[in-house]
Amino acid sequence: MGEKPLSSVLYDTPGPRARLRNSVISVISGVLIMALIGYLVYRFEATGQFESRRWQQFRLPSIQRQLLTGLLATLKAAGLGAALALAFGIVLAAGRLSDHRALRWPATVTVELFRAVPLLIQIFVFYYVPLQYHHPLPKLWALVLGLTFYNGSVLAEIFRAGILSVAKGQSEAAYAIGMRKGPTTRLILMPQAVRAMLPTIVSQLVVLLKDTALGFIITYPELLYVGKQIGGRINFGFPFVPALMVVAAMYISTCGLLSITANGLERRTRRSHKTTATIVPTNVTGEVAGWPL
Amino acid sequence: MGDFLRVFSDNRNLFIDGFTTTVKLFVIAGFGCLIFGTLLAAMRVSPIPALRAFGAVYVNTIRNTPLTLVFAFLVFAVPKLEVNLGFFQKACIALTVYTSAFVCEVVRSGINTVDTGQGEAARAIGMTFSQVLVLIVLPQAFRPIVPPLMSVVNALLKNTTVAAGFSVTEAGSILAALSERSVKQTPTLLWITIGFLLLVLPLVAIQRALERRWGRSR
Amino acid sequence: MTMRRSTALLGFTALATVAAACGSDSSTTTGAGGGGSGGSNAAPVSDKCSSSGATFSAAQGVDVADSPTFMRIKTAGKVMVGVKADQPNLGYKDTDGKRCGFDIEMAQLVASKLGVDPAKIEYKEIPSANRETSIKAGEIDYYVGTYSINDKRKADVSFAGPYFIAGQDLLVRKSDTSITGKDTLKGKKVCSATGSTPIQRVRDEMLTEPANISEFKTYSECVSQLIDKQTDAVTTDDAILKGYAAQSPSQLKVVGQPFSVEKYGIGLAHDDTALRNKIDDILAASFTDGSWQKIYDGTLGKSGSPASPPPLERY
Repeated sequence: MGEKPLSSVLYDTPGPRARLRNSVISVISGVLIMALIGYLVYRFEATGQFESRRWQQFRLPSIQRQLLTGLLATLKAAGLGAALALAFGIVLAAGRLSDHRALRWPATVTVELFRAVPLLIQIFVFYYVPLQYHHPLPKLWALVLGLTFYNGSVLAEIFRAGILSVAKGQSEAAYAIGMRKGPTTRLILMPQAVRAMLPTIVSQLVVLLKDTALGFIITYPELLYVGKQIGGRINFGFPFVPALMVVAAMYISTCGLLSITANGLERRTRRSHKTTATIVPTNVTGEVAGWPL
Repeated sequence: MGDFLRVFSDNRNLFIDGFTTTVKLFVIAGFGCLIFGTLLAAMRVSPIPALRAFGAVYVNTIRNTPLTLVFAFLVFAVPKLEVNLGFFQKACIALTVYTSAFVCEVVRSGINTVDTGQGEAARAIGMTFSQVLVLIVLPQAFRPIVPPLMSVVNALLKNTTVAAGFSVTEAGSILAALSERSVKQTPTLLWITIGFLLLVLPLVAIQRALERRWGRSR
Repeated sequence: MTMRRSTALLGFTALATVAAACGSDSSTTTGAGGGGSGGSNAAPVSDKCSSSGATFSAAQGVDVADSPTFMRIKTAGKVMVGVKADQPNLGYKDTDGKRCGFDIEMAQLVASKLGVDPAKIEYKEIPSANRETSIKAGEIDYYVGTYSINDKRKADVSFAGPYFIAGQDLLVRKSDTSITGKDTLKGKKVCSATGSTPIQRVRDEMLTEPANISEFKTYSECVSQLIDKQTDAVTTDDAILKGYAAQSPSQLKVVGQPFSVEKYGIGLAHDDTALRNKIDDILAASFTDGSWQKIYDGTLGKSGSPASPPPLERY
């Protein structure tokens, strides 16, 4: 996502008349957008969303502490989930890349299975099934396990695509000097692949962070759950709007920081000469896209 | 085994209703996000700075917001503006608003893969804007767009389950409804999983086939 | 591009912070607005918990033979109690994290008579839908949170009590005159909590069309929907509804006569007869020595009507 050139495949560089016309349209659309936003703000004001009593909770240190605790709970689940997903992903990717069909098939089935079932259902399985058999898992671990298996499978695909993307000449040269598959992967392919894969991996970790919000459905006290609790206080006028706005700001900043890191990594790797791998496209859903199987 | 099958046959209506709602959400939100997403992409590649900025802010904000938060906004915050909508409609809107951002990015990157020289050559021989778009750009952009688009659509199908947390009776809420009837959770979850596998795996198969045919050549 | 994006992000965060700061300073509201802005903002609003004034001290030398749950409590030195956190005057957690309400204090009473210091109670907020599974899984030792006794639940858990009798009723908007009782619900939207007896009754008796029934995890979410006109009535036990109506009398009211009998019990493990009998004894004692009355008058009694202890049902 570098700077956009002003000419693109759809239109030539605008000349003076086009520039004028574009500016006019720009101003008009800008005004319309501002009007829309202004109308929304007005509606919020009219229904009293900016009333002081609705924002009062946020001045209380106990509420601020609760928000922080919620954020930490989110980060904890995300951190554990990320670490385990990466480990799980590496194992599955190794299985998928293996030469032995006995290893490849189970790995493929596992990956496809965990990617096909929605994450929420997986979290339900890890929470309700142990509960039914009287060995309840703490909600944190039900959430983390769900995140692990789902994101681990997606990461496995990313790893696999990364390894496959290293220019074929590299592995051929390694085999030519007598290296076996294991050392080749470890010493030649992996280091190059990791540099290429890093932006996509970080993107997927952003997705993982966002998915922790599903924890509120099993009442894990993460940030959204805390937000809804704050918003549900009738005494303060059911301040859902302020609570959700604050929570949204926190999520957007946290995820945004991660995303900016991902883009920074992508740009640095593009310029790096240390890898012959093409960058795995930072696909928006974290699913590896456009790769031949 | 008999018990397991009975869980489904006794509660057939619930399962069928639930999954029907899932499919309905998926189809409506699917159309919505494809249309709105393409519109956003058009805004982002247009020469008009205000529209480009709006598109960029929209996409970057939504991409960093969890879907559950978008839902929570629509179900708890928007009603305060005195807008009256049913829960199903709110779910459709939430899913559309969220997924369009991703559709926009896929379409935009697809358009950007077409070499600018193509457009310049087309305009040099006198083609109008719509001719350039329809005859030159879209056919070439089609291939890199479709597989990741299918991936986004796949994710949409799976994301419909989030509506279960917000009073929409689709597949994910079957669990709560059946435990009201004192049915054990394990067979219920197993049946829900089977249902989703039946819905998602065909889409995945199509996506793989398309990737194989149209994979990016290097 | 990155500059623009990070600026946008910083801008958004700044906006939210500024809004929070500004919001707390402004003392003017524009116009009457719609249903969302009610109440005055003259005095600083708070929802500080106030207890009934009853004190509990841990009884000494308590023993309950043959009770696995009691063994667990004794070994751990603390008791895990399932509660609600958003029901004013029943089970509520205020902004400081303090808990109060009729159910909370009954839980404290039972804990203290079981020999546990009430300060050592570990509260777990468990929504209606997960009560049986939590008890069966041993996540909690007992549950005190508007838990209605019924035969279906008795298959999974056992109940001590009842310690209060409520009835299902309806909460509507103050300005709404069309709903007067359960027979006037046809064509109206009704909301309740997932997994609660009220919602099952609405379904079984077909008080309104299935498409008009909405469910959320907690009642406070339903009440918010009611105020926003996304639903027309919230149905659950009148004790809970009166708590909400008392918090916002200008916007809400309870209508109609209670159309069911809901006996609140203390839910515990299905097979732990010894503990059940013990808790029944504790409740019986509280009915006669005035502690029940003191707790009631200081919590639920404030929003509802006077009441007296119900007859225990041992089994």
